[in-house]
Amino acid sequence: MRTPLIRSGAVLVAATALTLPAAPALAAPTPSPGAATVTKAGTSFLTATGIAAGQPVRVGASTGDHLYWSFPARAGQLHEITATVSFPKGRTGASTWTVEVFDGLRRRQACTAGAQTPTATASATSVALGCALRQVRSWAEPWSADPLPGTYYVRLSVVDLPEPDLGLPIDVDLLVSELGDGDAPADDGELKAPLVPNTKAGTVLTGEPSAAPAEDDDEGLLAGWLPDLSSRWIWTTIGGVLAAVAGVVGFALTRRPRRP
Amino acid sequence: MINIRRSTTVLRGLLAATVLVGPVVALGGPAPARADEETPAEPPRVELVLDVSGSMRARDIDGRSRIAVAQQAFNEVVDALPEETQLGIRVLGATYKGKDKKVGCQDTQQIVPVGQVDRTQAKAAVATLRPTGFTPVGLALRSAARDLGTGTTARRIVLITDGEDTCAPPDPCEVARELAAQGTKLVVDTLGLAPDEKVRRQLLCIANATGGTYASAQSADELTGRIKQLVDRARDTYTAAPAVVGGSARCPDAPLLAPGVYTDREQFSEHRWYRVPVRAGQELRASVSIALDRPVNPDHGVLLRATAPDGRELVRGVDAGSGRTDVVSAGLRWSAVADSEDEDSAGGGETPTPTPGDATAAPTTVCLVVSNAFAPRPGTRADPGMPIELTVDVVASSPAPAGPDLGRGWVLLVLLTLAGLITGLVAGLLTRWWVATWREN
Repeated sequence: MRTPLIRSGAVLVAATALTLPAAPALAAPTPSPGAATVTKAGTSFLTATGIAAGQPVRVGASTGDHLYWSFPARAGQLHEITATVSFPKGRTGASTWTVEVFDGLRRRQACTAGAQTPTATASATSVALGCALRQVRSWAEPWSADPLPGTYYVRLSVVDLPEPDLGLPIDVDLLVSELGDGDAPADDGELKAPLVPNTKAGTVLTGEPSAAPAEDDDEGLLAGWLPDLSSRWIWTTIGGVLAAVAGVVGFALTRRPRRP
Repeated sequence: MINIRRSTTVLRGLLAATVLVGPVVALGGPAPARADEETPAEPPRVELVLDVSGSMRARDIDGRSRIAVAQQAFNEVVDALPEETQLGIRVLGATYKGKDKKVGCQDTQQIVPVGQVDRTQAKAAVATLRPTGFTPVGLALRSAARDLGTGTTARRIVLITDGEDTCAPPDPCEVARELAAQGTKLVVDTLGLAPDEKVRRQLLCIANATGGTYASAQSADELTGRIKQLVDRARDTYTAAPAVVGGSARCPDAPLLAPGVYTDREQFSEHRWYRVPVRAGQELRASVSIALDRPVNPDHGVLLRATAPDGRELVRGVDAGSGRTDVVSAGLRWSAVADSEDEDSAGGGETPTPTPGDATAAPTTVCLVVSNAFAPRPGTRADPGMPIELTVDVVASSPAPAGPDLGRGWVLLVLLTLAGLITGLVAGLLTRWWVATWREN
């Protein structure tokens, strides 16, 4: 009686362990296979060049340029930005470089790891920059600055340098890589519209807008107390089924094995 | 034993099913996509402004004269020009050979008008250029802006020079700032040919004042590559031009803004007000960038606040920094509360608050105020103000999620399964004990 019980328990644990998603391997970021290299960069938030995670960027620029790229992010994603600035020509002194990340509302995003503001000595031929971002959440209070789904801007620039070095050519390599995706975000809420900026030219309204007709509130009787159909329904239902099956198995284990 | 084997098989099958279902459920997020760009009414417009003053004769680029290098670069750029781009070429200091500064400083001509480029004609016009006269950069910039005309899209000037302006006043940097402050968006990118310190300072100042870039070219390849890059950039980004708006000093008479991008000018320590109507159940999103288009002290900050019409602050976005940067930005989100009992906190003093069951919902007017903490350096001009870029969007608000009634995740499944198993075992043992006791009696 004992041995089968222990054995079935072990099988159960092993089965569960196998099905748990493997933790994302932290390897050096590499571009996605087959991704086309981007050879452009914007010079402002409005003109930022759109890229995708895993798409390598290689662009020639001049020292002092503020280079902008933007990439889309979904809830649950974790991004890391790595960049290398190489100097084909000699410089007169040390320079400090920075990679900054902003969300769709141009709010500064924190880097959790990486050399965000390294200094290149006068003799260095290249400098490496990095920034690991926080996991994108599916919902946050409007008053908070948590990372939300939508567009993210990357700005690469030099913050401190001897003035004669301005204008010298540089080569910039940049890669936005995605570290692990698919983990369901821990939040329940959902952002109705992702933080994608409206880039169309605006129009000044001439008069106060008139009141709009109220929307129909016909969501039915059930809508009041029935929670939204979410993945929690599926998880819980499957859990219930598993519990019932396990109960039957447990009950069966206590029966004396039939003798032939 | 048979029982056990069968039940574990069933369990495994169930777990496998959940593994398949799990990720499918998790993949439901909205894919953020950029707003569809409308087809622009105008083609991209670029003008190359080339200095043909006497100093361009110097043979210091790969043993060739500066003008020869520039001519070669122009030929290659004209050959590689994108079809839709309208290109013009203007020269300065190309014709007057005399010594009279007054006459020499009027010497600027458009040798290729802005429009569809006739390649042979443009190359022929460039090939005849001989380095000659003075360097009236300011006047050339003004004329180039006139050549490009006005409109709703951005225009770009690429200024290529090797020497500083010899005709100030007007100071070319002041001219650039004045041109950038006019209604049409104009970007001046500058290229220094083997520049010295004075030229570099002047070109940096011009580029900064208009949001352009500066590069120094020491070889023909560098020059060609850079001009091509700028012409391509003009084609890619010329539609990104915000609408001009003038913020006011108080909220009640501030301009009422629809969603979109706006540009304005703000002086040091000035406050600029705007208004945005937001309905119940909507969320206001706003962001602002202030450009550092002139020399300022190293520490700086920008503050964007949303207030109710009676002056109560609703939310603020703030960012500060130190050192060299192009723009300082801040953003904010604010949701108009949909619930009627919360209207007191959301509605403004002057706006009528909708009552429950009302057929209409009047929008709340939210005031946005932009202020800056920049400090001018001695000698920095305050007028015109620094460029502001304001983005306003009104979208459906995202209400706070209610507490979860149900569970999710692998731990839940294991817990429920273990609970079921233990219940089954206990029930089984109890049954056996009960049957045994019942049989004995």
